[in-house]
Amino acid sequence: MKNILKSTSAFGLALAVTIQPVAAQMLTELGDGEGELNIVAWPGYIERGETVPDFDWVTGFEEATGCMVKVKTANTSDEMVALMNEGGFDLVTASGDASLRMIAGNRVQPVNIDLIPSWNEIDDRLKQAPWHYVDDTQYGVPYMWGPNVLMYNTEVFGDAAPESWSVVFEETTLPDGSSNKGRVQAYDGPIHIADAALYLMTHQPELGIETPYELNQEQYDAALDLLRGQRELVGRYWHDAFIQIDDFKNEGMAASGSWPFQVNLLQGDDQPVASTIPVEGATGWADTTMMHVDAANPNCSYMWMEHTLSSNLMSDLSVWFGANPAVLAACTDGRGMQTAEGCTTNGLDDFERISFWQTPVTQCESQGECVPYYRWVSDYIGVIGGR
Amino acid sequence: MSEAVSLSGRASDTLWRRPRFLLALLLVPPVLWLGIVYLGSLFALLAQSFFSIDEFSGLINYELTLKTYKELFRPSNMDILLRTVAMASAVTVAAAIVAFPIAYYAARYAKGRWKAVFYLGVMLPLWSSYLVKVYSWKLILAKEGILNWLFETLHLSWLLQAYLSVPGIGGNSLSVSWTGTFLVFLYVWLPFMILPVQASLERVPATMLEASSDMGARPGQTFRYVLFPLALPGIVAGSIFTFSLTLGDYIIPQIVGTSARMIGQAVYQFQGTAGNIPLAAAFAVVPIVVMGVYLTISKRMGAFDAL
Repeated sequence: MKNILKSTSAFGLALAVTIQPVAAQMLTELGDGEGELNIVAWPGYIERGETVPDFDWVTGFEEATGCMVKVKTANTSDEMVALMNEGGFDLVTASGDASLRMIAGNRVQPVNIDLIPSWNEIDDRLKQAPWHYVDDTQYGVPYMWGPNVLMYNTEVFGDAAPESWSVVFEETTLPDGSSNKGRVQAYDGPIHIADAALYLMTHQPELGIETPYELNQEQYDAALDLLRGQRELVGRYWHDAFIQIDDFKNEGMAASGSWPFQVNLLQGDDQPVASTIPVEGATGWADTTMMHVDAANPNCSYMWMEHTLSSNLMSDLSVWFGANPAVLAACTDGRGMQTAEGCTTNGLDDFERISFWQTPVTQCESQGECVPYYRWVSDYIGVIGGR
Repeated sequence: MSEAVSLSGRASDTLWRRPRFLLALLLVPPVLWLGIVYLGSLFALLAQSFFSIDEFSGLINYELTLKTYKELFRPSNMDILLRTVAMASAVTVAAAIVAFPIAYYAARYAKGRWKAVFYLGVMLPLWSSYLVKVYSWKLILAKEGILNWLFETLHLSWLLQAYLSVPGIGGNSLSVSWTGTFLVFLYVWLPFMILPVQASLERVPATMLEASSDMGARPGQTFRYVLFPLALPGIVAGSIFTFSLTLGDYIIPQIVGTSARMIGQAVYQFQGTAGNIPLAAAFAVVPIVVMGVYLTISKRMGAFDAL
């Protein structure tokens, strides 16, 4: 998931100016399966029971359709785009930034939703999300989404969850009586600037920030100032999910921005942690299954897209990954292991409070000119280096 | 059939009569490898550093310019360079100090089975994965790790706390301080220092040390005027490894330390996530220049005389 947050700005910037996708030939009728399906996916997204036997959403599909699934995992959005540019794949589970790049570059084709019987089961909030619905054209089937939550140590905070992100941004005394200095963490990626901007939207409304990904110079400077203060509180920034897990176990961490993934793993290990989405809201990520423009196995691809919506996939994956399914029924109808409570834990009810990640570009919608992503990168390096 | 035999026969005759041709034939593949694959890709990268990134669009501007190099001198980037060189120097000096007695013992006193044990002891850490070693150090140095426990058991926590409160080298715990990064670097690169030093010490004849003491030199003087100068090429050779490896590493400072960037991390981030390839390339030039200067000095000191 961290990888969703990594991307080059160059592509993003290029596409911001010229999103003029050409409609590719769309399948109008479903034929027989081709016997094969190649998917580019995030690690852990497509499981066939080999990691843990209970988590399997591929075998059933293969038996039912005869489409043998081959998965190529990619660790960053850049890798995904590169693989799709290379070709030879049918589907990709693209995140918000990668998806728009591939639409602009004509690497993916529009999806004929008439061929996906369960389309209407999709969460209405996602059906026409801007990261896959461009120029009145549907470029993919929503897959999974999740928030970047505030994880906290329940021994430090007791039963009351922290109400504000201020516990990681400003020096305060935590409920256990000592300062938060040296006991909080922040994400090691430049996109964390957006978390600071989101915090400022509530706490310094006079800056007039409309979305945390579109900042003018003044708003951007204010966010950097906040982060410079945060540097004093943070011993080490977290980069790798497993290192953060280790830090919560061995470094006495009290709170940090995190993903439900770490929260689930730590709780599974009986560690005293919980998570919350504070009053300011949170940033988040959303992925979409998209189809390569030259997909060699279009029928199997459509069958898979239908499978993602109608099978145990979304339900079990949302347990496995700590994410939210694009089909709301997957939380409740018992098709898999997920329950309504589980989805609530993963942040299902907080959709409106999440600012989904996108690449900051120079020409932004809310205000003529914004600070582009490549400057976020160099300036955040400076902040972490104590500048 | 006979034609084939005569053809191969003629080929072998030609090679025999023209040894230079044979030599050229044997040399072409490695030269191609070195020239095109190795140096070619290096120059392709370095050439990027003379381009610049457009301030507004973030696209790369393919016009030759020194603008990107000027960016290197921005305070936040200078910090990265100085921080990395300082760390590499500190690690190198410490590695030399720690490695010398170990190498001396191995060269002078270890015999037979003990020598084998020594080699095994030095090499063993190299056999396990680098990542495993770094992660285990993270656990050792952690706030709730074994080292902290040891200090607590000995009632010396105040000492550790006093040390960690020193700005710059201290931090919230050893694993989030520069001291931690330094210790891990030292551990990981130590074998690369011990082995060349040991090799150079073995070449120092024992008789010279005896002669030195026969002529009235105290052990300290023997070390300073006889042993150390003779071992210096080995130390310099080892320092090339420790210095350059520290200069380029980007994994250790990511796992252990304060998160402030070193050169390798900056290159990785500018290239991989920011799309600012010119600046990444300019950063990549710095270790090459530093090592160039370093190697020139090493050559003067005779580190390569034994090659």
